[in-house]
Amino acid sequence: MVLQNIAFGVLAAVMVLAAWRLVTTQNVVRAALFLVIVLAGVAGQYVLLAAEFLFAVQIVVYIGAIVVLFLFGIMLTRAPIGRDAGLDNDQKALSAIVALFFLGVLGVVLVQAWGDTKLEFPKDPALLPRAADLGDAFLGPYVIPFEVVSVLLLAALVGAVAIARRD
Amino acid sequence: MYLSQFLLLAAVLFCIGIYGVLARRNAVLVLMSIELMLNAVNINLVAFGAFRRNVVGQVFALFVIAIAAAEVGVGLAIVLLIYRNRASIGLDEVDLMKG
Repeated sequence: MVLQNIAFGVLAAVMVLAAWRLVTTQNVVRAALFLVIVLAGVAGQYVLLAAEFLFAVQIVVYIGAIVVLFLFGIMLTRAPIGRDAGLDNDQKALSAIVALFFLGVLGVVLVQAWGDTKLEFPKDPALLPRAADLGDAFLGPYVIPFEVVSVLLLAALVGAVAIARRD
Repeated sequence: MYLSQFLLLAAVLFCIGIYGVLARRNAVLVLMSIELMLNAVNINLVAFGAFRRNVVGQVFALFVIAIAAAEVGVGLAIVLLIYRNRASIGLDEVDLMKG
């Protein structure tokens, strides 16, 4: 338990720092690389929460595909690769106030509702949800949403091609 | 481990994402901030799933991941189109519908 708490603290600190740099850096490519750090940290949190299938999906889908898509977007829009002062608009102070207010509200609500709830895992690993249970859930009670999501992905793919192609 | 430590980490990431969406001008960076917020939500879902000891939290996190992938694809296509029409992806220049 102590080891897990140390791992959580290290991961959380790295993630929050990288996320903060992601929204403040003046270099677009570095922002994408900070996004990789945050996504890898989220994958680490999945391991701490005993969700090993989501860990693999996070690495493959997010770090493998979505970040590459972002880098393609950066290159195709010819954003300045070096430093660029024009990445922020002039509402930084207002945005910070909104974000801090929301964080305050969320923090108070979450601590009041779940402040002393312990998260315990069963000693017997067979009682943990495994990837096989995920498959059973997807092809059992959640089969219709699962099929709808596959149609949605296909529609998004066709839509993206139709939007972005040159006539 | 407490449940609230995961929830608070997700809250912090979500609020950093809100700041990014509101304060950035470059459209690609706004999309990245949205990814940050979606990931924060996923941590919440998986944490509650681990707390309830069932698989439903992970199922919904996987749905969120799939929809995030679709969203990024369509979003980047729209950004590309805006860049092609206006030679810029500054979001404060996209004011066609301003009254």
